Amino acid sequence: MPVQDKATFRFAPVLRALLPALSLLVVLAGIAWLNPRAISYFGFNLMLNLAIPLVLATLAQMFVITGSDLDLSIGPFIGFAACVSATWLHDAPLVGIAILVGAVGAYAAVGALIYLRDLPSVVVTLGMGFVWQGLAILVLPQPGGLAPDWLASIMGVRPPFVPFPVLAAVVLAVVAWFLLEQTSYGVILRGSGGNPVAVRRAGWSLLKIKMTLFAGAGLFGVLSGLSLVGLTTSADANIGNGYTLLGIAGVILGGGEFTGGRVSPIGAVVGALTLALAASPLLTFMHIPPDWQIGANGAILIVVLTARVLVSRQRGTV
Amino acid sequence: MDEAAENFARLTGIKKHFGAVLALDGVDLKVGAGQRIGLVGHNGAGKSTLMNILAGAYAPNEGRLFIAGQEQPAYSVGRAQQLGVRCVFQELSLCPNLTVAENTRVTHPRLRGLGWRGKAKTLIAGKLDEIFPGHSISPSALVKDLGIGQRQMVEIARAFTESETPARLVILDEPTSSLDGHTAAQLLSFMRAAAARGVSFILISHLLGEILENSDIIAVMRDGRVVAQDRASVFSREKLVHAMGAEEAAAPVAQSGTTARPRSAVRVRARPRRQTDTREVLAREGEIIGLAGLAGHGQTDLLRTVFEASSRRSPDIAVSGSVALVAGDRQTDGIFALWSIADNITIRSLGGLTRNGLISPSREQALSDHWRDKMKIRTPDMRNNILSLSGGNQQKALFARALGSDATIILMDDPMRGVDIGTKLEVYDIIRREAKSGRTFLWYTTETDELSVCDHVYVMRDGVIVADMDRSELSEAAVIQSSFKGGD
Amino acid sequence: MKHIFAKPWIWSFLSAAAVWLIAVAVTRGGGAGGMLTGALAMATFIVVVGVGQMFVIALGPGNIDLSLPANIGLASAVAMTVMNGNDALVALGLLAALGCGLLVGLANYLLIWALRIPPIIATLSASFIIQSIDISYGRGLQIKPPPALSDFANLRFLDLPVLAVLAILFAIVAAIVLQRTIYGRWVLAVGQNIRAARFAGVRVGWTRCVTYMLCGELGGIDGALLAGYFRGATVDIGNEYLLSSIAVVVIGGSSVSGGKANLPGIWGAALFLVLLLTMLNTFGVSAGIRLLLTGIIIVAAIAVASDGRARDAV
Repeated sequence: MPVQDKATFRFAPVLRALLPALSLLVVLAGIAWLNPRAISYFGFNLMLNLAIPLVLATLAQMFVITGSDLDLSIGPFIGFAACVSATWLHDAPLVGIAILVGAVGAYAAVGALIYLRDLPSVVVTLGMGFVWQGLAILVLPQPGGLAPDWLASIMGVRPPFVPFPVLAAVVLAVVAWFLLEQTSYGVILRGSGGNPVAVRRAGWSLLKIKMTLFAGAGLFGVLSGLSLVGLTTSADANIGNGYTLLGIAGVILGGGEFTGGRVSPIGAVVGALTLALAASPLLTFMHIPPDWQIGANGAILIVVLTARVLVSRQRGTV
Repeated sequence: MDEAAENFARLTGIKKHFGAVLALDGVDLKVGAGQRIGLVGHNGAGKSTLMNILAGAYAPNEGRLFIAGQEQPAYSVGRAQQLGVRCVFQELSLCPNLTVAENTRVTHPRLRGLGWRGKAKTLIAGKLDEIFPGHSISPSALVKDLGIGQRQMVEIARAFTESETPARLVILDEPTSSLDGHTAAQLLSFMRAAAARGVSFILISHLLGEILENSDIIAVMRDGRVVAQDRASVFSREKLVHAMGAEEAAAPVAQSGTTARPRSAVRVRARPRRQTDTREVLAREGEIIGLAGLAGHGQTDLLRTVFEASSRRSPDIAVSGSVALVAGDRQTDGIFALWSIADNITIRSLGGLTRNGLISPSREQALSDHWRDKMKIRTPDMRNNILSLSGGNQQKALFARALGSDATIILMDDPMRGVDIGTKLEVYDIIRREAKSGRTFLWYTTETDELSVCDHVYVMRDGVIVADMDRSELSEAAVIQSSFKGGD
Repeated sequence: MKHIFAKPWIWSFLSAAAVWLIAVAVTRGGGAGGMLTGALAMATFIVVVGVGQMFVIALGPGNIDLSLPANIGLASAVAMTVMNGNDALVALGLLAALGCGLLVGLANYLLIWALRIPPIIATLSASFIIQSIDISYGRGLQIKPPPALSDFANLRFLDLPVLAVLAILFAIVAAIVLQRTIYGRWVLAVGQNIRAARFAGVRVGWTRCVTYMLCGELGGIDGALLAGYFRGATVDIGNEYLLSSIAVVVIGGSSVSGGKANLPGIWGAALFLVLLLTMLNTFGVSAGIRLLLTGIIIVAAIAVASDGRARDAV
């Protein structure tokens, strides 16, 4: 067998998949060391309280990144969905549902626009971020609103043994993995990120693919907004803004790459959980003063990503 | 109509232009069932365009296309696939982030529903076993983890897989360029067997020997037309070269010269990482050193490490002088697609083109014009985008970039792959002249013919040097012998 | 020569003119000149950071500087602190802001290079850290800029803001750097094909480092000047400049995939953005509608102005 010229060492797929889990373990270890009591049913419920919206936001971003694009509007979109849930969905459910479905459709339309006019997704979604933000403010000018009862009770479920956020995360990971990695159309979706020309030559409609990916992002974005409202029982127009960059970070932490269609659904969920833990609970346990909380978020991101690099260096990849 | 039934495909009067450029100027081509048609031509002769039309990717501006006796006015890629036309182009069309089996799914819309993955695996594994027995490619392997030769094998095997319509006409564009001798032979014998079963082939290759041995009919293209189409037995190497329009040039013959290596200064001393004995590649001022052996046996690695050693210290490599690299994979390693031909050439020489700290446009133009003439780059304007050039001319531009710089050592990573013979002969001449004026060339090539231009050749196998020979000792047999384990 | 008449460049200026005409029509011509000079002044600040962002984006896909607002905030605080309201210390203060920006750029690049972190995440993380530094450093400080600085920042010459004139000259210099220096050529090479650039002898790491430092430094200058213009430094002073800096790069015709940069377009797009906001203000629209309209217009402008990458014939 001839020696491969491309690279002398290649990361085995298994090892690649393990990295996000390793990051999660490092963060968990840190928490366990600082505050052992946090590692409990009650502790996890508390720490991962807002993890589900972040997991959903990360999966939404993952769909877009699958197509080698980036969505900088998902945060404001989640805020918009949350505002609609806390108002229309509560007061006039049918209208609320129609609006949310329409919003997913709008997301698909943005995907179509990006494809048809060959536009850079970063900037188009940047502009759309303004749009969703404006709409959110129009729907809910002041923080408030009320969560629909059914939503609050779903998010308040207390299953035995396994904390609800963990259970939900596992379910979401399985669903996303199935959709993207096990279905035959999922192959086409991922392929469009790896070699869009080849996929088109094979007769698939890149337009449909792009719209599907963006619709997926819209759907998970709506779910994220819904879950947020279910948890906090009210909403405000800015509630989702942090989820854009955290979602991107989650996908990358999970082993995804910006181009080439290389994403891992399970990795993305693990990455989101890691960030949910690192972003607040870990910091509180480390007694970081509030002025530095924001900075510590950044530092944690750096530390976790460095760990990823060091591990991959050890294995010999470039 | 009888004739139409016999011919699987027939093209008459095909014309195609891209803007002002006339790519095809009235092409007539007949492809009979079970025929292997060898298609040869200078770069820019129109072969790729013609094949794209046959595959449904481009629509002709004029002319008619018949498949299986029926005219195809609304031809498309999908329709071509339905009718059994398959292509393996030079640019690979695999998705690197998917597995081999998943890539098979991409071209087979019917592979869906429950159990699609198993079906896909069986399909591709079976075809790989059929064409390339003894391969070691797993259907669950990610394409990006495969070497370029293996990717080519997957690409070819995939073209032959059938889930709905059988392949009736398979177009292969330089299929053996990324394969080593053994797998290339497997492919060609598979072609022979499939043709006997009634599958037609169009084989595009720059290896005249390969064309002569593996075609029933040979069609020669020149300047957008088929200028000769006849039984392969009628042709010879010289006749083909003549028909293509290149000057009648003798095949590069090993020139007699002194066997002793000239005592000029050593510029490169490189030992491959895995070398256990003391052998190393030695390249002196004014020498053309060849790296041979089967594709993918460490030659590119060695060149890359020599390139890096010019800016970083390295234990196994000593380099004295500046180094330029001419890449073999021009799309990923060479071309700046947004730039003009001139900008692509001058990029390595900017230091010498400045006046008062700013790049001087007049000096830039002078340099690019000089190299346009020296390398005979065929273009009306050097300020046109580089992609307006044909593949061979793009390669010439990359050469010009390296030669136009102040680099004293030129590394070549099999850059003549897929380049027509006319261009090659021109470039060999230039290499010889540059070497005479003192430049050192370290040249990795997969074609044994080219080694006769070299003063000294090192054969590599499995990442180490296994043999080295002077030009006078050089023979295709000797190289091949060393390239295969157990051969020496 | 053909480059100068490339479409995106013209479109951004035409859009700016169109917006100005609409605003003028609404106010029935009153204050048209004032609107323009005000727009020029505001656009200056966007242009300065837009150029920096343009160089970074030109380095290739994924290269972007999200630490800009935090950088601006910190630099303005540093500048004001060093100047301490003292006219004699203006130059020193500017240098301090410049140095602060350079350090931020260097830090960004080190994160990207040494730790292999993608630029989006690296600059984002850096921005968090810089924000924290700014908050704790600038806690309680309400330093006013020295009169010399704020006078200069608000200076007009023949009714044109001097800063704007300087910014126009700056853009011209930047264009020369991009097209006629080795550094500029190297940026565009790296942006098109980083592997080919390496093989072609381009010092990729050096080029990227210099570019991030350049962007950081321009952010630093902007921070100092903004503090001078608005007569005070706050943590949030740079917040709106992130989106503006990226928007003007793209609306102005540079490619987000890198390798293609359009300098005149930065000015046209900056004017367009500023006039757009002015126009919306004259219509007296609410915050929600303003955001909505801004977003739609940006998307529409990009959809129209984009010349699209060459599609494969297949």
